[in-house]
Amino acid sequence: MSIEELTVNYTAVVIAAIAGFGAMAIMFGASYILAPKRRSELKDMPYECGIPPSPYSWSQLHVRYYIFAILFLIFDIEAVFLFPWALIFVNAIDAVFYEMLIFIAILFFGLMYGWKKGVLQWR
Amino acid sequence: MGSTQESGTEGGVLTESLVVFLIISVVCVAGGLGVVFSRNVIHATFLLLVSLMGVAGIFLLLLAEFLALVQVLIYGGAITIVVLFVIMLTKSDEFESLVDNSQKPLAFLISIGLFVVMTVAAIAADNGNTVRASLKFSDLGHSLFTDWAIPFEVASLVLLVALIGAIVISKQGEEE
Repeated sequence: MSIEELTVNYTAVVIAAIAGFGAMAIMFGASYILAPKRRSELKDMPYECGIPPSPYSWSQLHVRYYIFAILFLIFDIEAVFLFPWALIFVNAIDAVFYEMLIFIAILFFGLMYGWKKGVLQWR
Repeated sequence: MGSTQESGTEGGVLTESLVVFLIISVVCVAGGLGVVFSRNVIHATFLLLVSLMGVAGIFLLLLAEFLALVQVLIYGGAITIVVLFVIMLTKSDEFESLVDNSQKPLAFLISIGLFVVMTVAAIAADNGNTVRASLKFSDLGHSLFTDWAIPFEVASLVLLVALIGAIVISKQGEEE
């Protein structure tokens, strides 16, 4: 890939990014300009299904939920390695195919361990 | 960021890359400064995301597409999520002392020292003749899964250790 190809390939990405940020800016800007601003203490209150919000907005999460973040991180890393593998494993030697199976199996063991330990239960 | 310097290419391409590099750098540095100066940890996390996405842009500019992908998916996606989770795991009343603590001068000194070392290294490095070259995704795959197969499998073991460690620690928290 040369710098010219990079320009061609990513011009669309840049345009999409600009369009996305632009749309957001227009929406926020329009609501800022158009919305009537009559503030009151009641209106500044966070909306919580009509019930007055509880005094503490910051509730400490239990450490058991951390495992979901770690699981996401680890399987995200696995997914990243799947991209180059998916491109080549058909034409490469057989070992390449089984390497990824071993890689996934090792991580799957971790998932099974977590499942056995009951960390996947949402309580 | 000395490796982004280049010479020997056509003037037009050089200037375009330079302009894009400058824009990305401003985004990166602004995001980084935002992380440091933001008083709200949640805002700091999202500003960190801005900075990390800027780094992905720099990787793209260096024609390292795979690293850019990793940067967006893992750093932009997963690491930011983990940081947010960790913030939500802490107690809110701990923040008063965390935002401004006694380690500030030390951290300042270390940051300045690191900055000086990296700047000197970037200036001293002889990269006058480096030409940006990219690697095809398939070539990268072949290299990763043949020459670097063992490190690749070891990486999965490291991830497994991290996962089991997190499970054990969260289980300990449960018993308390």
